[in-house]
Parts: sequence; structure tokens; C-alpha cells
Amino acid sequence: MIEVVNRPHVENFIAWAKDKPEVVVLTADLTNSSEVGKWRDTYPDRFFGMSMAEQNVMGFASGLAREGYVPYIHTFAVFIYRRPYDQLAMSIAYPNLPVKFVAFLPGITTPGGVTHQAIEDVAIMRATPNVTILETADATEVESVLDVAHAVPGPVYIRMLRGEVPRLFPKDEPMQLDTMRMLSDGDDVVVVTAGITTEEAMRASAPLAAAGVDVRHLHVSTHKPFTDPRLVDAIAGARHGVVTLENHSIIGGLGSAVAEVIAEAGLGSRLVRLGLRDTYAHGASRPHLMKEYGLDAEALVRGIEELTGRATGITDADLSAVRLEATHSLAKAEAL
Amino acid sequence: MLETTAVDWRERTQAVADGIRRRVFAHVLANDGGYLSQALSSAEIFAMLYTRILDLGPSTAPLTPRPFTGVPGPDNPDFFNGGAYNGPKTPHHDRLIFSPAHYALVLYTTLIEVGRLAEDGLDQFNKDGTTVEMIGAEHSPGIETTTGSLSQALSQAAGIALARRRRGDTGNVWVMMSDGEFQEGQIWEAIAEAAKFGLDNLRVVADVNGQQCDGCIVADHYVDPLVPRIESFGGTAVAVDGHDLDALDEAMSMDTGKPHFVLAITDPARGLPLFEERAPLYHYLRFTSPEERRRYEAAYEEMAR
Repeated sequence: MIEVVNRPHVENFIAWAKDKPEVVVLTADLTNSSEVGKWRDTYPDRFFGMSMAEQNVMGFASGLAREGYVPYIHTFAVFIYRRPYDQLAMSIAYPNLPVKFVAFLPGITTPGGVTHQAIEDVAIMRATPNVTILETADATEVESVLDVAHAVPGPVYIRMLRGEVPRLFPKDEPMQLDTMRMLSDGDDVVVVTAGITTEEAMRASAPLAAAGVDVRHLHVSTHKPFTDPRLVDAIAGARHGVVTLENHSIIGGLGSAVAEVIAEAGLGSRLVRLGLRDTYAHGASRPHLMKEYGLDAEALVRGIEELTGRATGITDADLSAVRLEATHSLAKAEAL
Repeated sequence: MLETTAVDWRERTQAVADGIRRRVFAHVLANDGGYLSQALSSAEIFAMLYTRILDLGPSTAPLTPRPFTGVPGPDNPDFFNGGAYNGPKTPHHDRLIFSPAHYALVLYTTLIEVGRLAEDGLDQFNKDGTTVEMIGAEHSPGIETTTGSLSQALSQAAGIALARRRRGDTGNVWVMMSDGEFQEGQIWEAIAEAAKFGLDNLRVVADVNGQQCDGCIVADHYVDPLVPRIESFGGTAVAVDGHDLDALDEAMSMDTGKPHFVLAITDPARGLPLFEERAPLYHYLRFTSPEERRRYEAAYEEMAR
């Protein structure tokens, strides 16, 4: 059974920032909700609670970054890319300043409803020059995303997980920039996932194999840059095509990025994009929303059936019975 | 403040202000139109900043502006910042964060009048491939932050002021603003937060000329009265005649222990009475006929005499 880690960012961020005096944290009223309440109490002189005024937060972060600090803005994703976008673009992204956006509640991970659900953030940040985009899927990535973000000398947008987070990947296999994890190998179908949808695809992996569908599952933690050659290699060798599953609109996010790669490499492969189908969501539990909008393991199985034109016989009950284990990446970074 | 006698500084500062008006007017005539009212209203403000108030080191940028070398980004090591025209970022020196990027022509002209930019630098104004842009960005001479989307400078300046406070820098961070910018909510967010963090090293001078793109703004009740509004948000503010050097000097030299705002009440047609017939549409001068253009040329001859 996989381990579930409670609030991995809380202690990890405190330990990580200990010997980095340039790191400062800015919040916009959601300090505990962004899991930095204890960070504030540990490093009060490096913490700036900035009130519910996100446009101004972007400007303060810009000024601090221009003077050599590395601000880590912690708040909900929607209040980073949606509400103060002009400030993000002009005060931070254009000058390529090292401001890190730690963006909580990606996609439908919150019952907070449409106002709190960041469903088009990857699309908007992908279109914003100079911005690197990372997404966490488990405790290992929550813990290692800071090193990746810190090493980028410009702005980084991080889709961050909070609360109870599963550990899908071993602690000694940290996130690496623009490097996909190959979680299963096969040449029927390529499945590409990121964030919380990776766990869903892992849940479908064994039943699919049992049904005779060989899946090459690639897990994405970097949405931009998006140049890992593993993707083209996998798609070029896949018999039926590609299925993407994302906790985001199918427009502008992971599915679109994969489509761009397929087209530019001239692969001509079929692509099934699973995710929010050009719709807003609403307030409900994560499992409910994942089922309602087709972001779960069952939706993936149906997507694969659509692609292969062959029923697998896998039922929802089969998928819920699956017990997950932490998965080593089959392709190590150094193998490329 | 510069080491000059009481009489000297006024003469020098007024000469710079007069030079700004004259040079911008000549430029607008030569280009058949342009941002003229901004120079007429703010000439004394810029002259005060660069000759009397700001403690700046010598420019570290070339007198003749470098051509455009690309936008900032991970793959462009050639990018340079226009703030270098205001000298090095040393702990004791002041900094100028320029907010209304539509005043770029006035800023470039000021840099020429004080010897930080070559006279022919203005020949590059609004020409393709140069950095002397019509609405400047942070590669343009004298411009440290990109603020053409108005009202974003104050927050950035406050962040710089906060960083400088933490470092123990003694220099101030000055912001040159326009009054229309007070219509954006971000300004009020910035004032409240700067006051909360006690940023008394943050100083603002605003050109309150009552003008914006659509015309007169005072009547819109957005910015009037500014003084009590700023003070209720935690700053200090004084309103003075923006063409009176002594009044500006007193207001801009105050140390109030809070973010301090000098509201310089100005006349958008100052020094060019002919321009008043355009009221209230001063934002951008376009000649409507050859006859009108000739009348402005005559007015220039009068001003330059």
C-alpha cells in the first residue's frame, strides 16, 4: 500500500529554507491554507503577510526580486494567474525575475467551487513568456519541486498539493526539470498524465495489463519547457496512439502540449484528450468531481477503449479494488 | 541635495525645467505631434528630482543609447536595464522608479538637460530598433521598471524599499507618478501595505495635472481630494503648487516617518497659453491644420527667445 503523507510541504519547506537567507515568503491572507503558518513562525523576519491584495503582492515580489531576494508567493492558484495577471506578466514575467508562485488548489482538488478551482492556469502560464511551469503529483514531488524551482533563474509557477498527499515515487527519485517519469512500458497506447491524474492512471495500469493492453505511461512534472524526447519516442512506437488525462481544461494544457508535439514531429498519431471539456466545474468532493468530469481511472480506461476500438471488460469495481505501491521510474534520467 | 547655494539651485533647477519644456515642444513640432502637456505640467517636478532632491551617482550607461538588444529572458545575456542612467545601485544613493511610462519623452529630455543622455539621443525617439520608445520599458534610458500598464510602479518601488530597509541601505526610493494612476485599486493596496511595513524610505511625487486620455479627471471624483485619502490609508501627503520650486523643495524634503506623497498641482498648459484652447483634451497634441501648426511654431519662437 502506498504511504500517505500529511502536509509534506510544511516541514520540508522549513528545513529546505534554513540555509537560504535569500528566500522570503509572501502570502495574501491564506497563510495557513497555503501551509506556511509554521514557516512564518520559524522565520518571522523573512515572512511578509501582505493582506488580500494580490496585485500589490506581485509588485512587492518584483521589487524584492530585483534587489536579490527570491520571493515564494504562497496562495491559491486562482489568485495568482487569474486575478492579478497583468501584474504577474508585466512586473515579474517580462523582466524574468526569480519569483516562485506556489499555487495551491490546482484543478478540481477543492470543493471550493468555480472561484477556487484553477482549471486554465497551465494554458495561461504556458502562453506567458519566461515562465517555467511545474506540477506536483505526490509527496516526493512536493518535497523536491523546491530544488527544481530554485535552480531556474526566472519565474516559476508550481501547481502544488496540500494536505494528505500520497507518495507515489520513491524519496530517492526527486523531480527533475523537463524530465518525464516512465511508469509503465508498452507499445499499444501511450498515456500521459500530470499531477493528481497520475495516481488514477497508475490505478488503471494492472487491470489494463491483465486485459492485454500494453500501456507506456509517462508522468509529466514540467509543463514548460516541454522538450523531453521520451514523449516523441513513446508516441512514435505506439500502435494505437495517445491518451492524455489532466486535472485542467483540455484546451491549452497537457493535452494541447502533446498535440503540438505530435504535429510538429509529424507523427500523425491519434490523440484522446481527457480533462475538463471546455467547462467550469462546481463545488463538490474531489472523487465526485473526478467522476463527474471524467478525470479518473475509469475515464482513462474508456478513453483507451475509444482509441483501440476494443472493450477491455474493466469495471469501476475492478479499479477501486486496486492497491497501489510506490513506483520506481522505469527509465532513469541518466539513461538518456 | 546638491552642494549649491540657495540662489544657485533655483536658477539651475528652473533652467532645467525651462529646457525640458523647450526641448519637448521642439520635438513635438518636428514630429508633427506628441505628448506635450506632460512636459508642460511636470517640467519643474523632473527638474527638482534630478537637480535638487535625488542623490544619484553618475550614470553608468552610454550617453548615446544602445540599440534594442532583445527583451529580458533566459536566452538573452545582452539585456540591459535603463536604470543605469540614474547611476549605480549603491546603498546610500536614492533610486527613481518612473511610473507613468507615457511621460517617457519628458524623462529622456530631463536626462539630456542634466547631462546623462546625449542631445541626439532624442533623435532615436519612437524609431524602429531603438530603446528610446514612445512608452518606455525597462531598457529605455532612465527607466528601471516596466510600467506602461499604469499604477504598477508603486508596489514595485515598495518592494525595493522593503529590500533596502532589510539591507540597511540609507538611500530613499522615489516614485514619479501621474494623478490618473490613483484611479487604480493597486495604488491603494500599495499605500496601505507600504504604511503597514513602515516604509518611510518610500517617497512619491505625483504630477496632479487633472488630465488623462479622455480629458479632465478631477470632475470624476476619483482622485479628489487625494490628501485625506492617502492619509487615511496610512501615508502622509501634502499638496503644493507644482511649479513653485520652494514649495516643492519643502514638500519633497520632508521626513515624515511614513510613506510620503507630494501632490504637485500643475497646469497642463504651463508656459504655453496658446495650448489652453485645447482644454480639456491635452493628452496628446495633434495639429488639425497647417494654420494651427504655424501658430504653435510662432509660440515656440516666443518660448525659445
